[in-house]
Amino acid sequence: MLIDPYVNGIRRIDELMKYVKFGSDNAEIDARDLRHKELNDLIRECILRGVRKLILRNVCGQRYIGTRLYFKDNIKVEIRIYGTPGNDLGAFLNGHRIIVYGNAQDGVGNTMDDGEIIVHGRAGDVVAMTMRGGRIFIRDNVGYRAAIHMKGYKDKIPVLVVGGTSQDFLGEYMAGGKVVLLGLNVKRHRCHYVGTGMHGGVMYIRGKIERHQLGKEVGIVEMEEEDWKFLEYVVEDFCSYFGYKADEILGDNFLKLVPVTKRPYGRVYAY
Amino acid sequence: MIRDDKEFSACGLFGVMDRSGRRFNGEMAIRALKNMSVRGNGLGAGFAVYGLYKDFKEYYCLHVMIQNKDLDVKKKVDGFLAKNFDVVYDEEIPVNENSKTVDPPMFWRYFVHPKSHGENISDDDYVIKNVMYINTKIKDAYVISSGKNMGVFKGVGFPEDIADFFMIEEYKGYIWIAHTRFPTNTPGWWGGAHPFCILDWTVVHNGEISSYGTNKRYLEMFGYYCTLKTDTEVMAYIFDLLMRRQRLPIEVVAKILAPPMWDQIDLMDEKKRRFYTALRMVYSPLLVNGPWTVIVAHHGEMFGLTDRIRLRPITAGEKGDLLFLSSEESAIRAVCPDLDRVWTPHGGEPVVGRLSSGALKRVVR
Amino acid sequence: MKLKSHLLPEFIVERIESRCNKCGVCVKQCPWEVYRWNEDGTDIIIDYTKCVGCQRCVVYCPNKALIVKPYEGSYRPNAYWTKEVIMDIKKQAEQGGVILTGTGNDKPYKVYFDHIVLNASQVTNPSIDPLREPMELRTFIGRKPDHLEVEFDEGDYIIKTEIPPNLVIETPIMFAGMSYGAISYNAFLALAMAAKEFGTLFCTGEGGLPKDMREEYGSCAIVQCASGRFGVDPEYLNCAAAIEIKIGQGAKPGIGGHLPGEKVTEKISETRMIPEGTDALSPAPHHDIYSIEDLAMLIYALKEATNYEKPVFVKIAAVHNVAAIASGIVRAGADAVVIDGFRGGTGASPKIIRDHVGIPIELAIASVDQRLREEGIRHKCSIIASGGIRNSADVVKAIALGADAVYIGTAALIAMGCTMCQKCYTGKCAWGICTQDPELSKRLNPKIAAKRLVNLLRGWSLEIKEMLGGMGINAIESLRGNREHLRGIGLEEWELRVLGIKGAGE
Repeated sequence: MLIDPYVNGIRRIDELMKYVKFGSDNAEIDARDLRHKELNDLIRECILRGVRKLILRNVCGQRYIGTRLYFKDNIKVEIRIYGTPGNDLGAFLNGHRIIVYGNAQDGVGNTMDDGEIIVHGRAGDVVAMTMRGGRIFIRDNVGYRAAIHMKGYKDKIPVLVVGGTSQDFLGEYMAGGKVVLLGLNVKRHRCHYVGTGMHGGVMYIRGKIERHQLGKEVGIVEMEEEDWKFLEYVVEDFCSYFGYKADEILGDNFLKLVPVTKRPYGRVYAY
Repeated sequence: MIRDDKEFSACGLFGVMDRSGRRFNGEMAIRALKNMSVRGNGLGAGFAVYGLYKDFKEYYCLHVMIQNKDLDVKKKVDGFLAKNFDVVYDEEIPVNENSKTVDPPMFWRYFVHPKSHGENISDDDYVIKNVMYINTKIKDAYVISSGKNMGVFKGVGFPEDIADFFMIEEYKGYIWIAHTRFPTNTPGWWGGAHPFCILDWTVVHNGEISSYGTNKRYLEMFGYYCTLKTDTEVMAYIFDLLMRRQRLPIEVVAKILAPPMWDQIDLMDEKKRRFYTALRMVYSPLLVNGPWTVIVAHHGEMFGLTDRIRLRPITAGEKGDLLFLSSEESAIRAVCPDLDRVWTPHGGEPVVGRLSSGALKRVVR
Repeated sequence: MKLKSHLLPEFIVERIESRCNKCGVCVKQCPWEVYRWNEDGTDIIIDYTKCVGCQRCVVYCPNKALIVKPYEGSYRPNAYWTKEVIMDIKKQAEQGGVILTGTGNDKPYKVYFDHIVLNASQVTNPSIDPLREPMELRTFIGRKPDHLEVEFDEGDYIIKTEIPPNLVIETPIMFAGMSYGAISYNAFLALAMAAKEFGTLFCTGEGGLPKDMREEYGSCAIVQCASGRFGVDPEYLNCAAAIEIKIGQGAKPGIGGHLPGEKVTEKISETRMIPEGTDALSPAPHHDIYSIEDLAMLIYALKEATNYEKPVFVKIAAVHNVAAIASGIVRAGADAVVIDGFRGGTGASPKIIRDHVGIPIELAIASVDQRLREEGIRHKCSIIASGGIRNSADVVKAIALGADAVYIGTAALIAMGCTMCQKCYTGKCAWGICTQDPELSKRLNPKIAAKRLVNLLRGWSLEIKEMLGGMGINAIESLRGNREHLRGIGLEEWELRVLGIKGAGE
């Protein structure tokens, strides 16, 4: 007797259409009674029928929103979510835009390839895990292991901007990409092991943090002009999304963290 | 076929407490677990309720599970209890025969008081001793809860099926903790579901305890025997040992189970450094390693705690007197969409809900 | 009357003539006089009958022109009357004495470590990455209280319980007792330097601690108080980190230490306080310990002598009822029990005792750990496993079976250069380790030897971290006694039962 809670008892798409309200240029889905797969089935169906703007209401824990949206003909959509989306929001995101009016959970932007995720609230653990492109903006705090193994290549550079603080292991074994931690409304950062195993990419941290909170593979270097240019660019977007004042934020000191070596574990092995 | 090795716990947790002591029914717990149904796979679920036996609140209530509905086993249990306790009242736990559960065991509840005994131990330790006896020596009988004015209802099935089987909605309590399970072993063992309980300590757990062998063998030195084939069992005994017997507060116990790392202890001031070094040195066999989140309750308190590098999630939420703990925020929002505060603690830092002392007096004798 | 020797050579030396350039390094390096120049200095003559197989010449020959291997010539193959058995009889017939040997038991008894495999976590539990996440090996050795009483005072919790003295080591590996006398001053110093640098401890063995080393290395020394009480003075006891009462050792259970007179030089004489050239024979028992309560008396005597500031260890050999003995030792007041299995090394031991007395450390640790837990006293002492720990996997298995830490002796010597030729008792160690000959001991530079030892500790510690991470554990205390992470392969029911582990697949 094997009951798979993910797919057992999922209703057919025609039964689910009653939860959709089509507007002039968008569609609204009431997710209150929908299971994960049902909601994602509906989202995909709406887009296949030509909708490019979706509003999801009463979302409560449904996972993988935005994941099943790889289309050969490069369609790009915008999804606005009201409620609390479940784990892996925007996992493998393929260039779409997701805005959450509420808190997100774990795995936001997991292996995201391109696109934008904006969360008007906090996010959980492993935000931007192995992210490879696109941008994520979180207004409040994030949990453990944000940006773990983030990657970048040439001009494909993922960006994670967090308005509050993060918990331990931020940027753990980062190989590329940019992480910005703004520390707004926080007296000091309490995270440890920041950047442990980092071997690529860069982190910008605003707010109080001590050297012993950083991993041994991390070095602190001077900010340069291009760093400030980049920060201006993302902080302005952050402020326009969440209603902060860019000059107040940019007026403060930022710490720039980079990896000290490309091969931090060269001396660990004996041949 | 039930294999005699350790089950692993992949799961969803939920706990809710009304800190004013007001009692409420199980609807919130059931609905929250339903929201997290993908965290389980229908092979285990359970509930613990505090404050449900108002009329018998000064007696220990033993929920006994009898495998295969074997009446001979029940006779043995009856005989054993009659010898060692005054059995004030007992009855079969009412169940819904038409629920979707398959082949359930028989559940019986006994309200008991220890018989006067010549031994120099407290009533609580006396009860533990006898519970351990039933669990280890009377085949096919297991005591799944043994506290006063509280009870555990658990088994193999989805949360809504277990709730239906035990007719949970009829009970009222001021703390509910609940669990949905994804075991990786063969189904059929009702005793392996969570919550685990000893006296009035209940634990629901998400994760796997990689230090199980170490923890278990240390606890055996103090008379606690692990018989329910699931690593979570050690957690219940650890809390009974440290908090009830050794009277350590949760703030210290959290640091025993999930202590800070040495490289952080080495940077603390002298006083704190000595404190943490002593804790780690003396209680090293109770460091609980591996990924875990637990929600623990006993009369008057509910806490949530995670492992020292927070490998499993937990979210805490507050609304007025209600304190919520869950594996996912959405489960809390499903029962209480509008919260005053939502947060996630650091690894090793407990979230604590306490009854005011007036309310505590009303709940237990 | 010297009798003609009937013994066959043990090793044979082959020289690849095309590679040899007659540089003479082999002549200089070999202390056994295998090589000598011919009369006109044009050729080097090889007398392989003297060769003991120490491989010094092979390693030092700049052209790698030498091959030293066991002498292939032998008697008719006989599985019962082996070559070794025959030769031992002939040796005794010639000399009429106890055959001596060095290093540990080399007989093919079952190696339990090689029949135990380790776990790794997958899917249901993540393995932890030791390179990037913290992985803790810090270990405390000593007696722990039953529980802690805690008081809340001025915003902080403070501990009211008094905690007995404990030692802190940064890795669960320490250096076993190898006496100055059995090994050279340089080798002894190298062990002290490496222990200090790495943050662990070394045991002095029964030869005492030279005065010039006490100030700098006392705090990482475990000083031994053996039956001969060599070098035991109040300063020796008080400068140390801990004191170890040596009752027995794995290589020769039941008999005392043995330092042949050849190795008792002036400096040894000074440290041990015995005349030069005499054999330093430790008595078999401590003559003030004839029963367990006498041991309690000695333990507390030492505690008094050191103001109760230092843990007292008791070292025993692993023998048949080791669990009961260990229990008695713990009840007698010891803070740690060191158990030396029958693979334990030595500088000199009767061969017949080395090869036939004692039990494997794996079984001993498992049964001692289990017995102490059954009696509810496991926390009152630390268990240190010793005797044939060959690599980091052995360390992990020993700890999972129940040890708090391990001692390494043979492995440390091998790191410094030892090649296990088993001639330690002659004092002619070509590597400068087990000798008092000043020319030979010069060959071992303490600083360089210490570096090799630190490398060994570092390499093993990294490997231990990898294995722990694989098991989903990030602190060594969660491995201690955790038999769930072990499985047996090719073991019988009773062996699995004694070890307290399941069979692989179960």
